[in-house]
Amino acid sequence: MDGSHPVMSTYDLHVNGRRQSVDVEPDTPLLWVLRDHLGLAGTKYGCGIGQCGACTIHLDGRPVRSCTLPVSAAAGREVTTIEGLAEEGKLTPLQEAWCEHDVAQCGYCQSGQIMTAAALLRDNPKPDEKAIDQAMAGNFCRCATYTRIRQAILTAAAK
Amino acid sequence: MNTLDRRGFFKVSTLAGGGFLLASWSRAAESDDAAFSPNAFVRIAPDGTVTIMAHKPEIGQGVKTTLPMIVAEELQVPWENVTVEQASIDPVFGGQTAGGSTSVPSSYDRLRRLGAVAKTMLVNAAAAEWQVPAEECAAVSGEVVHKASGRKVSYGKLATAAAKQAVPDEKSVKLKDPKDFKILGKRIGGVDNRGIVTGAPLFGIDQTLPGMRYACYLRCPVFGGKVAKANLDKVRAMPGVSDVFVVDGSDDLYGQMPGVAVVADSTWRAMKAQAALEVEWDHGKHGAESSARHEENAAAAMKSGGGEVLRDEGKPEFAEDALDVVYQYPHLAHNTLEPMNCTGVFRDGGFEFWAPTQNGGSAVDGISRTFKVPKEKVKIHMTRIGGGFGRRLMTDYMLECAAIAKHLDGTPVKLTWTREQDPHHDFYRPGGWHRFRGAVDENGRISAWADHFVTFGVRSDRRPGNGAGIHPREFPAEFVPNFRLEQTVLESNVPLGWWRAPGSCALAFAIQGFIDELAHKAGKDPLEFKLALLGGRDRVGDYHVSRMKGALKAAAEKSGWGEKLPEGRGRGIAFHYSHRGYAAVVAEVTVSKQGRLKVDKLTAGVDVGPVLNLSGAENQVHGSMIDGLSAAWFQEIEIVDGAVRNTNFADYPVLMIPDAPAVDVVFVDSDVPPTGLGEPALPPTAPAVCNAIFAATGKRVRKLPIRRNDLAWG
Repeated sequence: MDGSHPVMSTYDLHVNGRRQSVDVEPDTPLLWVLRDHLGLAGTKYGCGIGQCGACTIHLDGRPVRSCTLPVSAAAGREVTTIEGLAEEGKLTPLQEAWCEHDVAQCGYCQSGQIMTAAALLRDNPKPDEKAIDQAMAGNFCRCATYTRIRQAILTAAAK
Repeated sequence: MNTLDRRGFFKVSTLAGGGFLLASWSRAAESDDAAFSPNAFVRIAPDGTVTIMAHKPEIGQGVKTTLPMIVAEELQVPWENVTVEQASIDPVFGGQTAGGSTSVPSSYDRLRRLGAVAKTMLVNAAAAEWQVPAEECAAVSGEVVHKASGRKVSYGKLATAAAKQAVPDEKSVKLKDPKDFKILGKRIGGVDNRGIVTGAPLFGIDQTLPGMRYACYLRCPVFGGKVAKANLDKVRAMPGVSDVFVVDGSDDLYGQMPGVAVVADSTWRAMKAQAALEVEWDHGKHGAESSARHEENAAAAMKSGGGEVLRDEGKPEFAEDALDVVYQYPHLAHNTLEPMNCTGVFRDGGFEFWAPTQNGGSAVDGISRTFKVPKEKVKIHMTRIGGGFGRRLMTDYMLECAAIAKHLDGTPVKLTWTREQDPHHDFYRPGGWHRFRGAVDENGRISAWADHFVTFGVRSDRRPGNGAGIHPREFPAEFVPNFRLEQTVLESNVPLGWWRAPGSCALAFAIQGFIDELAHKAGKDPLEFKLALLGGRDRVGDYHVSRMKGALKAAAEKSGWGEKLPEGRGRGIAFHYSHRGYAAVVAEVTVSKQGRLKVDKLTAGVDVGPVLNLSGAENQVHGSMIDGLSAAWFQEIEIVDGAVRNTNFADYPVLMIPDAPAVDVVFVDSDVPPTGLGEPALPPTAPAVCNAIFAATGKRVRKLPIRRNDLAWG
């Protein structure tokens, strides 16, 4: 911290199909804009350095770590968070599979896991276990529910 | 209720689809006169809604689902009709701590009886209405039926009448025969699953209150250090920052720790302001401690002997060629993924908190004592918790929030720790050393065993800290004829705490590893050797030997123990009794000639009595094993200059999905009351893996983490 204070700016964000504007400093990570300014707390703070995957969202359809993504880099692009996956309350097959397999223990990492898995299934609708492990390698689960994460993704892929 | 705008908060949490309701039992019951609520746990509304309170904190161990299942079973309601609500801290619920895998054993009988009390009153109400003997009526699936006349009535319709029935003595109510269970023993998904997969604000860190500020709290890297000087004015001038102040705290490592509080209008601005703090700390006399020094001191103690003798039986004698080895393991952090946080407000001379706590009762006591407010003026609402593992048995972060809330007097505040603060200010799983000596006789049995254990005390060289020390009856005491156990306590300023399966999580690695060494020394198959060591007695004290052998055999059988494996692969087996549960694990590993480890499979045999929720139980065992593996393979906390060096996941590595082995579990269903499952499967995992590494490579892992060992072979 060099003591200089970045100036607040207004950013137009497109989150889960809604346009919203926020007044924040340009270096504010998208994670905190979502959580503190837009009231979308499903995206989680885990490490703040892009190592654990708890904050994963989709930016123009790609999974990214919102804890290291400055809001200035997200402006004007399509942001999807865990709250935006289900449409009109109807869970996606992936979310359904997560419930069916009772994946969660504490549940804190699971929104990030699901966002990464959703991006995987869009690119590769029928992944094998190896492809799953590769895609999910950056998402930490402290409760170690990895076995059921694999199963849920396979189940969703078969739907 | 104080003047806080509860309704605003309530609206936020329910609109977003969360299943987390804040109304405590007493308030909810008061607001609904027509509801039937014979005790704090059960409420049946005239519209038929059945609400069961979850009185323990949910840390991922599944009690928010499993405990209400017990009530629902005896209440005779279909699980689909049940709504579960998280209870607040309230003496009416009895103990509300989650720790030591005690939630199920301490609640099982009581919750059954409370469910049966409610059911009995509903039956009595129907019988009175129909003017038939209650014995002719039965409760079936949310209704009371009178077989003879074919009449039936729903619980909802009976609610108002049932509320007027006398409450029967819970000791006298008739409980179901477990063979008639319809809910317990089945696979039931977690009650918050939908909220979790849709991102509902379930967790402590998700809580918001109207007008809330955001805070951080910086502590001295050296434990207990005090603030000497800080650039408060400069940080106070930063945008969005409303307050920066020093909290004096105390010298008690388990009390209010000194530090600097920063309050801002967003989490990010609070974190930035905290990062801009320049603090001169007064380390006192504690700035020199290091892991390297601990190691030297432990080595010296084990060489010279002279520890406190905890047990001395027979004549442990060792020939020149007897095994004489040292096992060691490091301090560990809990590393919960949800960082420490707490939301609270001080108003009208009292506190109200929304907190991820495993130990709300202790928080009430601590906050009441520290801030001199009566206990009745400390209200705590429990949120869902993003991992506990024992970390949130400690209430330090709640005391910090309380200090800030008190300072802000009337303004709600959410305190959030950064990830970096988490490894820096934990209550660590204590590291330790064991110098083992062991001998086997001509029959291949252990004839003598000696263990000089070096453990840690917190500012004491006599009393082991939390989670440190060893019990004089720790296995294999009472199973080996000549046995000696001595203990040296290293004085330390590093706070210690209860990590998952406290004590056992470390002891099993060392003890089960050394037993495996003796099996090989005796030229025996490790499974046969371990069964022989357990012997033919049914019980030894509270150690139920038959159950341990059952778990061991189940794991061995399921894993294909004894089947031949190709070169570079190996199986290892270990067992451990902890938290009233009996668990054995077989690990199967592959080690490349260059020493790259792959854990192929972990198979558990577990006896915790009857399993209450098969889905949750399997998840616990799978997770415990992989958690145990993750810690054993990768993790160590390093102390340098009195402070923890590790800062984040980059230097405190954790197991990710590509390294996650296949997992399997067999439950051995003994005819005993059910016990907890959050911990027992963890302790035998690390030694099973290390024993498998030996089988694969001939290399014995005596030092954790495993990654510090060169496993190259051939």
